[in-house]
Amino acid sequence: MTAVEITPAVIAEHGLNAEEYARVLEILGREPNITELGIFSVMWSEHCSYKSSKKWLKTLPTTAPWVIQGPGENAGIVDIGDGLTAVFKMESHNHPSFIEPYQGAATGVGGILRDVFTMGARPVANLNALRFGAPDHPKTRHLIAGVVSGIGGYGNCVGVPTVGGEVNFHPGYNGNILVNAMTVGIAPADRIFYSKASGIGNPVVYVGSKTGRDGIHGATMASAEFNADSEEKRPTVQVGDPFTEKLLIEACLELMDTDVIVAIQDMGAAGLTSSSFEMASKGGLGVELALDTVPMREEGMTPYELMLSESQERMLMVLEPGKEPVAEAIFRKWGLDFAVIGRLTDTGRMVLTWHGDTVADLPIDPLAEAAPEYDRPWEPSPAPAPVDPASVPTVPWTEALVTLMGSPDLASRRWIWEQYDHMVMGDTVQRPGGDAAVVRIHGPAGLTDRGLAMTTDCTPRYGSADPVLGGTQAVVEAWRNLTAVGARPLAITDNMNFGNPEKPRIMGQFVGACQGISAACLALDFPVVSGNVSLYNETEGQAIPPTPTIGGVGVLDDLDRMATVAFKAEGDAILLIGGPAGDAECLGRTLYLREIAGREDGAPPPVDLAEERRVGDTVRGLIQSGRVTTCHDVSDGGLLVAIAEMALAGGIGATLDGVTDTPAALFGEDQGRYIVAVPEADAAAVLSDLGSVARRIGSTGGNALTLGGVSVPLATLCDAHEGWLPRLMGDA
Amino acid sequence: MKAAVIVFPGSNCDRDVAVSLERTTGRPPLMHWHADADLPEDLDLIVIPGGFSYGDYLRSGAMAARSAAMAGVRTAAAKGRAVLGICNGFQVLCEAGLLPGALMRNRSLHYICRDVYLRVETTDSIFTGHYAPAQVARIPIAHHDGNYVADLATHCALEDEDRIAFRYCTPAGKVTDDANPNGSLDNIAGILSEERNVLGLMPHPERLADPRLGGTDGQPIFASLMEALS
Repeated sequence: MTAVEITPAVIAEHGLNAEEYARVLEILGREPNITELGIFSVMWSEHCSYKSSKKWLKTLPTTAPWVIQGPGENAGIVDIGDGLTAVFKMESHNHPSFIEPYQGAATGVGGILRDVFTMGARPVANLNALRFGAPDHPKTRHLIAGVVSGIGGYGNCVGVPTVGGEVNFHPGYNGNILVNAMTVGIAPADRIFYSKASGIGNPVVYVGSKTGRDGIHGATMASAEFNADSEEKRPTVQVGDPFTEKLLIEACLELMDTDVIVAIQDMGAAGLTSSSFEMASKGGLGVELALDTVPMREEGMTPYELMLSESQERMLMVLEPGKEPVAEAIFRKWGLDFAVIGRLTDTGRMVLTWHGDTVADLPIDPLAEAAPEYDRPWEPSPAPAPVDPASVPTVPWTEALVTLMGSPDLASRRWIWEQYDHMVMGDTVQRPGGDAAVVRIHGPAGLTDRGLAMTTDCTPRYGSADPVLGGTQAVVEAWRNLTAVGARPLAITDNMNFGNPEKPRIMGQFVGACQGISAACLALDFPVVSGNVSLYNETEGQAIPPTPTIGGVGVLDDLDRMATVAFKAEGDAILLIGGPAGDAECLGRTLYLREIAGREDGAPPPVDLAEERRVGDTVRGLIQSGRVTTCHDVSDGGLLVAIAEMALAGGIGATLDGVTDTPAALFGEDQGRYIVAVPEADAAAVLSDLGSVARRIGSTGGNALTLGGVSVPLATLCDAHEGWLPRLMGDA
Repeated sequence: MKAAVIVFPGSNCDRDVAVSLERTTGRPPLMHWHADADLPEDLDLIVIPGGFSYGDYLRSGAMAARSAAMAGVRTAAAKGRAVLGICNGFQVLCEAGLLPGALMRNRSLHYICRDVYLRVETTDSIFTGHYAPAQVARIPIAHHDGNYVADLATHCALEDEDRIAFRYCTPAGKVTDDANPNGSLDNIAGILSEERNVLGLMPHPERLADPRLGGTDGQPIFASLMEALS
């Protein structure tokens, strides 16, 4: 190998600033070679080191009696009873998905699946939260088509149902789409696997796919802004093979049933570098790797490329000594590569060799644990001025409702989720389209009558105006969606998507979102157990709207006591629970304001956390006692949109006589509200038990929505709602 | 009824159909690994499950059709044993020559996962005896390649010999082009072999065979087999 000279240009290409490079020299006491420089570069990238965000992530609430594992491992773990746990995390794959949408999204799904089964869990559900640019932006349709087929192509093949998610459109994402993928798995509480290496001399084993040249410097790419040349970064996007992932899931779970694994870590961002460092660093050990023994896809690969490749579907394991044959037999049976590539040492150093020659020798702790950490300057966002209701135009409610139901952020996502296998594994109790997806708990011991509820939520419209409220509202909405199906909310994973943190205004958005999330987590006993940060979502200096996506998981102890959004019968009473005593009032930042008045200003609806909890606990109590089986929270679009969604889901209309016909009353997005439908005979008793928190607003029936003597047929709403996305995508 | 489910690398509905079989028969089926050509002699039913055998690389079902286990399935089918291929299993059976025709890419070019309605076209089989003639069943599909094609002679033979088991239809039982989710010839969703002991169908009966999942219209297939083979 010819040595590459470490010039200032080479250092800059590796994303290290002068200060960081000085630190490299200090740690090594000499100049690094190119392989070592590459390793520093990825380990200290924003993507791997969380150097801008760490200070604030530490402030998030992460504990509760049911939390088994909080942030810091591959995924978070909560106790779900009966000796089982839910293992989950959400992760972004934003930058690659913008450059190469199919593979970017597909490998996003693959990566988050590995984070979950690495811990010993069988993945049972996938979700995804997507943000695209304006529907009429020239790239948007191409990006939707690629991302949706990428998510489907991967998830469908591995046989994990894609059960839920959310999609928003806004010009703020024209140059940086967001693809946030979440996986939920189930593991026995007594058989969880971690990444902490132990046992000096224990073999380090590589399994899965061979290593190729794909994805080199992916983590560095994800830590920089886009510019006009970003298309040239296409070669740094990885290529996924879901078939191999499926084999890897089965082989790993089969091996986990034996007692041979000491530690296991998937090779995600920064591949072999990050996985080996993490395992050794957590165990306080050293590691020696003979890189020439790594299974390689192509000839002529260098140590530099092997350490930085982000080839997919690979795992690193530390095995009990002498157990290599047990593991090898299982991986060979599944047709996967298996190689002993090194061993653990007591040196605290990572030593890499290439045909016997040492090609890198680095101290592990300073590199992994003492990575740069910044307290970046930040400034809070200015408080937005409230919207004066008198300034908002009033259009007939029928017209406004049809427009809203067919607007980009409210139209049906059926075109998307019908391309995802959402039923494989035979446990999907609530399919996409409701408040939260529900999957039956089907552990190693078989079927149960219990379920896991899951959802992803964020309302970037709110966070753009008020980042603190945006963070709070995202958590609250996830909690509310779990509550609305009758689940007991347990914990969240957070996927923080923001612009360039070196700008104080953007850093202020991040800090605000963390503060808002913390407040909601504390008030609702709904801690953060895992998460991911994606910064530098900017193109040509334009940052995305702050988007702290929250993935929530809850448990249903009895699947016979569950609610869905669909109206079930004619003649049921419709009750509104929570919110102001009178009509809704808040039009700031609402979809009505944006879609009808063409404005995106004002203050978003405030959240009263104590009231939120009180109302939610009340609603959950109604469902869990079996008194309510129809429930929907009021969120995007307000009360009338929620009613329309319930009517369309059930094919049954409604007549409303308990709400005033004003834009704020019908379309205001005041928080903390739920709509339930109960049989007429039960309505008086339910209302009397609930007291002032609830009131009757109408009854179900017919095939139209009727208010103030005016009706809009369900067929009209259905056409607007179901037709928008297929028409956009040219399929209708 | 003694049943086995063939497990290929990439099968992903093997567990799902095993759950349905166990619910029906009271005992778990044998899970048979693809590399093993020797199937037990006393099997009554062999199920080729859904999924992406061998990643669906080359063509859906093409590589699985040439696996060791399929040689055993071919022998068993020749002896009159019942063989049920669901989704990818139907594709494998066509590729293996146990059923005629082929499954092409859906006409929308999209993968489609949703409930569809099927008209039961024959109750004269060990798979469909528990349905009423022309009964409409709601059963999900989940596939990218479900667009059944066959030449005219094959199509006529299937029709004349009463071997079309299911057609895609409207909820009211009308066989229309709008009710055809994938462009399949003559709305065909499932067919029988000449000897009527092999059924291939694209829809997944195991996905709606449990009230907890929102329907049981798939269960009569398992119940029919249980009665015929016990």
